[in-house]
Amino acid sequence: MAGSVLEIKNLHVSIEDKEILKGVNLTIKGGEFHAVMGPNGTGKSTLASAIMGHPKYEVTEGSITLDGEDVLEMEVDERARAGLFLAMQYPSEISGVTTSDFLRSAINARREEGDGIPLMKFIKELDNDLDLLEIDQNMATRYLNEGFSGGEKKRNEILQLLQIKPNIAILDEIDSGLDIDALKIVSKGINKMRSESFGCLMITHYQRLLNYITPDYVHVMMQGRVVKSGGPELAKRLEDEGYEWIKAELGIEDTEESVEQNA
Amino acid sequence: MAKNAPEIEEYQYGFHDRDVSVFRTERGLTQKVVEEISRMKNEPQWMLDYRLKSLKHFYDRPMPQWGGDLTGLDFDEIVYYVKPSEKQGKTWDEVPDEIKQTFDKLGIPEAEQKYLAGVSAQYESEVVYHSLKEDLQEMGIIFLDTDTALQEHEELVKEYFGTVIPYSDNKFSALNSAVWSGGSFIYVPKGVKATSPLQAYFRINSENMGQFERTLIIVDEGASVHYVEGCTAPVYTTNSLHSAVVEIVVKKDGYCRYTTIQNWANNVYNLVTKRAVVDANGTMEWIDGNIGSKLTMKYPAIHLRGEGARGNTISIAIAGRGQVQDAGAKMYHLAPNTSSSIVSKSFSKQGGKVSYRGLVHFGRKADGSRSNIECDTLILDNESTSDTIPYNEIYNDNISLEHEAKVSKVSEEQLFYLMSRGLSEQEATEMIVMGFIEPFTKELPMEYAVEMNRLIKFEMEGSIG
Repeated sequence: MAGSVLEIKNLHVSIEDKEILKGVNLTIKGGEFHAVMGPNGTGKSTLASAIMGHPKYEVTEGSITLDGEDVLEMEVDERARAGLFLAMQYPSEISGVTTSDFLRSAINARREEGDGIPLMKFIKELDNDLDLLEIDQNMATRYLNEGFSGGEKKRNEILQLLQIKPNIAILDEIDSGLDIDALKIVSKGINKMRSESFGCLMITHYQRLLNYITPDYVHVMMQGRVVKSGGPELAKRLEDEGYEWIKAELGIEDTEESVEQNA
Repeated sequence: MAKNAPEIEEYQYGFHDRDVSVFRTERGLTQKVVEEISRMKNEPQWMLDYRLKSLKHFYDRPMPQWGGDLTGLDFDEIVYYVKPSEKQGKTWDEVPDEIKQTFDKLGIPEAEQKYLAGVSAQYESEVVYHSLKEDLQEMGIIFLDTDTALQEHEELVKEYFGTVIPYSDNKFSALNSAVWSGGSFIYVPKGVKATSPLQAYFRINSENMGQFERTLIIVDEGASVHYVEGCTAPVYTTNSLHSAVVEIVVKKDGYCRYTTIQNWANNVYNLVTKRAVVDANGTMEWIDGNIGSKLTMKYPAIHLRGEGARGNTISIAIAGRGQVQDAGAKMYHLAPNTSSSIVSKSFSKQGGKVSYRGLVHFGRKADGSRSNIECDTLILDNESTSDTIPYNEIYNDNISLEHEAKVSKVSEEQLFYLMSRGLSEQEATEMIVMGFIEPFTKELPMEYAVEMNRLIKFEMEGSIG
């Protein structure tokens, strides 16, 4: 099947009346891996949360469509069922709900009522993915994210990605707080998703994630906009030279606002 | 699942049957009513005397002024005794059709076949059906309604009746002692372990009905039993009253678990006194689920009077619109090296009010005893309230007491997280709530846990947004 298309046009987003995104344009198609990079406080995570519909973020202008459907009109759960997925930077802890019960509910939420995933199929696929991500089997019976280490939470996000199989995934700093071994494992999980029908938007500070997951496109965000796009070589140059050259090239000056956010 | 959901706030067990009762006393509480109840039951004189003594105490005793608001409770409007059928059935075929249908709807005969060792079904004032599996009978376990027990095992009943909870304990124990009818009597002989649960089911059908069952459980040395009770009633615009007394004696090395799933309609005052005494190295556990009623005031107590005795109470209370749950637990450490734990989980929604009211007492002899209390409250919206009112009475230095109380709200972040995985707001909230009460549901036998989850889901319908 042909992949989905997520189209973001002139997106303006505010939080508590303060404008964070000031006209973002981005198109992600099935089969493509995009990386969004940029200094702290430039709106990368805001972009991720706004696409998924976090209630704190208010879209004041612009559009987001998924295969032509207006995403902004959808509730958070409708966006998920339409094929979007957000791996969160800080996943919530849900006490009393086991990871496996939660996963099964999430999988079934995308299936027709009365057509839930058969238990044996679920267990088999879960076991496979746990093995792939080198997660201890007992995580399935632990309460969702409760008492998980930072690394365990990230692996759990990727476990959910593999299990839920969305059309378009946004990964918000999935590499933060991971040591190099964990980063490799998480990358292996993400790479497993690669196919013509899967599109991915990775948000990251660091080039090192991109050593393991090669993006087709790299975008640089500054002051609430995508200021530069290119191929994987752009990420390498950022790693080597930082962001200053872009600022110089594009004549961007640090505003008081962005300094404050960087603090 | 939401597609087949019932209408908002509908109470699933709110139906009522045509009145098929064969006898009922007039409204209001008089000496004549008490005498009539006793005569109908052909009781020994001592029991009638006890009832009358209790009645006098009930009249003399003022209404409690704490806990919930009892001003809407009119004792003159209540019908104190309704006899639903001529005799008790040993098979469901012997139960009058109308009543049998009610218990069918509640799923009792089905549950009995699947996993219960014995069943008692009380409708209004009397137990209309009773059974106990043969192997349990052969072990010497007595499981009867309390009226029949009084006829068949008078000495045993007399020895324990009113010893754990005297009629003068409080106004409602006095009321129950005056007009009690039905309830369960269980005796488990020394060393006998009942492997599957015994269940009693209490159903109120009539308007303004007062149900006053009286339960007495004696677990002899080294014996063990799990007793489960469930309760429902129809929805009426006027008030009904449920006021039970439950007395439990756990002897040395004995074990008793008492599980309640109370799901009364929103017009029922639920004012219950429950207490257990535990001898050396015995264990008592109250697993107490309070979902329905207009006002519940219930604080299951455990008196740890033998060295090394243990008491656990795990409770949940849910208060919705117009409901008050004033519930908690009491632990009395009266001997050395006793231990207790209280886990209370409550949540309120749509303006409901839920309070944890608890007491932990360490007596002078309670050397080396310890207690652990954990009270968690989840508030679903801004109209609802919760209170935690713990009392500690400590007369001994050599004890340990830990108390942890938490109040939380369903957070925006949690909802966003779950919804971003495709769960609707309703499903996400349900999941958070179910997780919150999981420490309670995991203590229930599987079948009840499933039922409990279904009830909670039902309670949650329409409470979002």
